[in-house]
Amino acid sequence: MITLEQVAKQYGATHALGPIDLEIARGGITALVGPNGAGKSTMLTIIGRLLDADSGTVRIGDFDVVTSRPRELAKVVSILKQENHFVARLTVRQLVGFGRFPHSRGRLMTWDDHEAVDRAIAFFDLAELEDRFLDELSGGQRQRAFVAMVLAQDTDYVLLDEPLASLDMRHAAAMMQRLRDAADALGRTIVLVVHDLNFAAAYADRIVALSAGRIVAAGTPDEIMRPDVLTEVFDTPVEVLEHRGRPLAVYYRP
Amino acid sequence: MVAGGLAVTFAVLLLTWANPLPVGEPGFWIIVRSRATAVGTIALVATCQALATVLFHTATRNRILTPSILGFDALYTLMQTALVFVFGMAATQVEGVGKIIVQSLAMIAFASVLYGWLFSGTRQNLHVLLLVGVVLGVGFGSVSTFLQRMLTPSEFDLLSARLFGSIGRGNPDVLPWAGLIVAVIGVLAWRQRRTLDVLALGRDTATNLGLRYRRQVVVLLVVVATLVSISTTMVGPMTFFGFLVATMTYQFVHVDDHGRTLPMAVLVAVATLLGASFVLQHIFYAAGLVMIIIEFVGGLAFLIVILKKGLR
Repeated sequence: MITLEQVAKQYGATHALGPIDLEIARGGITALVGPNGAGKSTMLTIIGRLLDADSGTVRIGDFDVVTSRPRELAKVVSILKQENHFVARLTVRQLVGFGRFPHSRGRLMTWDDHEAVDRAIAFFDLAELEDRFLDELSGGQRQRAFVAMVLAQDTDYVLLDEPLASLDMRHAAAMMQRLRDAADALGRTIVLVVHDLNFAAAYADRIVALSAGRIVAAGTPDEIMRPDVLTEVFDTPVEVLEHRGRPLAVYYRP
Repeated sequence: MVAGGLAVTFAVLLLTWANPLPVGEPGFWIIVRSRATAVGTIALVATCQALATVLFHTATRNRILTPSILGFDALYTLMQTALVFVFGMAATQVEGVGKIIVQSLAMIAFASVLYGWLFSGTRQNLHVLLLVGVVLGVGFGSVSTFLQRMLTPSEFDLLSARLFGSIGRGNPDVLPWAGLIVAVIGVLAWRQRRTLDVLALGRDTATNLGLRYRRQVVVLLVVVATLVSISTTMVGPMTFFGFLVATMTYQFVHVDDHGRTLPMAVLVAVATLLGASFVLQHIFYAAGLVMIIIEFVGGLAFLIVILKKGLR
């Protein structure tokens, strides 16, 4: 379980997050949604210890994110930010192999490590690309390789900041399906920021809606995907239709 | 392999070429031994510059900057100038282990204080650090120029001779100690090569993979400072040699993890510096120009890389 207590962060004069209290249960996919500047990514990077909160505590399982040993924490939680730019030239296999670093700690990778890398590569259909350099891949392929790296890290908790950014429809749907499989088959707890509400509704178990640095609503897709809730969160008229038994938000033309 | 072979070849050539005595005579070995100091110094300085530049590139995630941008060369110039200014001609007569240790320690202390200050609290921006390095470098340079104006012409003459990098200035007493320190750093860097690879991925990814990023980068920068100090106190400032070597290394190794770049950079550096010394000393009879020509070539390479990156 991920627990946030009174987490707050001030950004300049206008943008602020929190104070936020939130519990994210173990297992399944939790989607963070909200308008631009609502603080979704800020909250995610604070949970993933890439950003220090001004106040409050974040606990993941039994670990306090700030005081725990980084080495141990890296075996419990992994985070992938949206922008990833590397100076070094790396192959896909090398990149995914870095996910094993918290386990191998600089020694040569063991047979188990290679197996974990193979599994992650197979899981994301990267076998044909594994010897290609990252700068030779398309945006979607590269995104898959990065997600494969954090999956090879074998952490219970996986935090992803907009994993669907720069993916087209087909790849976005495939990515969500793989994450769904990772949650179901491998028992990972996945927390992700998504911009497309309907992806959240179709694949997530829980949705947390933020607006202006506060949590406005949290619950199952059926509880959140309601016209009144969404209209308030996004401050724009949203209709909700039903499509094959799932809620579908429509907001393209009020 | 090729770089290693070249390094060994040039080392043997430098030791034995144009030896007035025939092979096997006792005198032959005396001359070889006296030349060994110069060869050892060249190899050591090349190793320092190669490791320092590659590690610096890893810490800053930038392949154009060189350690000298942090104001090291300028600090060395200032220290030498201040010595001559305060003690006059006598300062240039003092040589020995003590002086070199004091100089190295002063430069390491300067670097540690600077990085410690810049990386404490919320100031952890590397670009700020580099900007401070540039500004300090210019500041030190201006103070040096000011002091140089007030020297007598003969003092100034001695000083300028000292401020040009010269590999002939190797000191046989210091060489083993410096070699030991560099060897220890080299072994540690090699053992930590996987950690260095992760560090090169940047703050977010390295933190995600369980490194204390800020602390690791500070340690790395202090190591770079140590290497540059050793090199600078032994033969004087070198601005572009490390850049030249690192750029060649990245061209030679296609997959750049530190398991490959570190040894390759050392071999390339040693081969280049020994090769240049040999060619200039025995073919063009211009031994004193080695550093000037290497810096010229390195500076040209620097400009070309900057222009190419800028156009892209």
